[in-house]
Amino acid sequence: MMLPRLKRWITSPVMWLLPFAIIFGAFQIAPLVWVMISAFKTPDGWGLAHFHEIATSAFFRQAIGRSLEISFMSSVLGLAIAAVTCHSMHRCGPRLTRAMIAFTNMTSNFAGVPLAFAFIILMGANGMLTLMLERIGIIDDFNLYSRTGLIVIYTWFQIPLGILLLYPAFGTLQSEWREAASLLGAGRVAYWKHIGLPVLWPSLAGTLTVLFANAMGAYATVYALVNTSYNLMTIRIANLVSGDLFLQPELASALALVLVVILVIVTLIQQWLMRRSYHVTSR
Amino acid sequence: MSLPAELPYRHGKPLLPSLMARLRLLNPYTLVVGSVFTLLALPLVATLFYALATRWGASLTPDGLTIKWFIELWTTPRFLAAFGRSILIAVSALILSLILIVPVVFLAHTRYPRLDNLMNGLILLPFAVPPIVSSVGLLQLYAGGPLPIVGTPWILIPTYFTIVLPFMYRALANSLRALDVASLMEAAQLLGASPLKAFFLVVLPNIRIGIQIAVFLAFSFLAGEFVFANMLVGTRFETLQVYLNNIRGASGHFTSALVITLFVFTLLLTWLGNRQPATEGQPVDEADDSLSGTDLTAPIHIVTPDADSRGTR
Repeated sequence: MMLPRLKRWITSPVMWLLPFAIIFGAFQIAPLVWVMISAFKTPDGWGLAHFHEIATSAFFRQAIGRSLEISFMSSVLGLAIAAVTCHSMHRCGPRLTRAMIAFTNMTSNFAGVPLAFAFIILMGANGMLTLMLERIGIIDDFNLYSRTGLIVIYTWFQIPLGILLLYPAFGTLQSEWREAASLLGAGRVAYWKHIGLPVLWPSLAGTLTVLFANAMGAYATVYALVNTSYNLMTIRIANLVSGDLFLQPELASALALVLVVILVIVTLIQQWLMRRSYHVTSR
Repeated sequence: MSLPAELPYRHGKPLLPSLMARLRLLNPYTLVVGSVFTLLALPLVATLFYALATRWGASLTPDGLTIKWFIELWTTPRFLAAFGRSILIAVSALILSLILIVPVVFLAHTRYPRLDNLMNGLILLPFAVPPIVSSVGLLQLYAGGPLPIVGTPWILIPTYFTIVLPFMYRALANSLRALDVASLMEAAQLLGASPLKAFFLVVLPNIRIGIQIAVFLAFSFLAGEFVFANMLVGTRFETLQVYLNNIRGASGHFTSALVITLFVFTLLLTWLGNRQPATEGQPVDEADDSLSGTDLTAPIHIVTPDADSRGTR
């Protein structure tokens, strides 16, 4: 009874899954598990020493704060611009919409180092736009390598992603709803408050979470722009494992784990909010 | 339908009369989309102009136009070597990915439906875990020990497999679902084909388009990958993105030429990926319904022998 079963197992297609499982385990799951374990490894055994260091160091707290701030600002701005754009795309004629979709696809792949370089040319100290705006007198001086500069560049790469994620959701808003609402006397504000936003709310919240996570994990753009001189979480993590001075892989793991936990918390908050909103609507 | 009167004058200088007349014809929605389009295009256009400029000091316009920066770039051995390495790594990673993913996605859609649920959960991991986090673990795990591959291209190939997995799996799963692969396999086996034979002779040719789309898009994605390439290997096997980062001190025109080359390369791959179905005579959904490139849920139809006779569009 056992033997044929065993034979069937060995010759079974399950064996085809083995190479996948091994490589995925070794290069996706194992590194994550290693990070989780080594974050608690201290010179004298196990403990929360690295987390304590992160929590008490002004330097690391600044990195976390700035990462949160830039990610939040850029994802909210990106989401707002993407939402307005998606709404307009459904009302501005098929040719422009199609061009916009194709272009968003292209630009969503244009990130990281090339994007940083393009922005240096556009908005760096001698950038074309910087010079132009200075000459017109709109800005005094614009520093791309500052908080504002990073928010601008992050927002730029959030917009295409936001459009790609939101565009289908805006397609579900049917023009009949708007007509029905206006027949019942609802103005633009009432329509959006009672119909538009409740319908779009799950997509908007989900997209905001994705954009936020996208910004929190972003490294290439800011690294190419300012190398390690702007204090962000990803920059600190990278510097702790591949910097020139003191390598502290366990501390890097702890900081990486903090980053992952922040992303998990944001996702949980989003799901909790969505569940709550469903609960409210079902009542 | 008319614009607010102050808008054309916002920057203190009146626009051309003909332009104003055209703008008045536009509705505000068109204006919004047009502005965002312009906003997104701005860095690219600026870089393109910079790459084509002979010299561009602190003035608003270049002194002249030239393609010498592109010629200089394309005759730089270090650039060509980096280009070659990028292609080599991406092709190797894609071959590995296909070998590993195709059996899984196939079995998940024929024999083990529950595997599909598991996979849909697993493929979220590469999305959810930022590359910088993974690279901390990878650096420690493979710097020494039984598999010391940090600093060699060998660590990039399996790592790249993990990051293309999400959309490769989705693309292949979608084409298999559209194919109704279970009944196809059944039919082939009723006609006497072994499962393996049925897979290679019936299923594989039918999902070829799906595979092609997935491969081209994954290729363009990998060509833009920087974090793993820089963290795990760096200059020891310099890929295009790492090269671009390392020549930050070079002339801005030269780096602009490289940025434009990279962009056109990515564009070409994305275009090939999206174009493929049309050249095969497959119906391509209207852009209004599907976001070509990211939305791979569009049904991919069985390639019938008369596919060619339907002509190319």
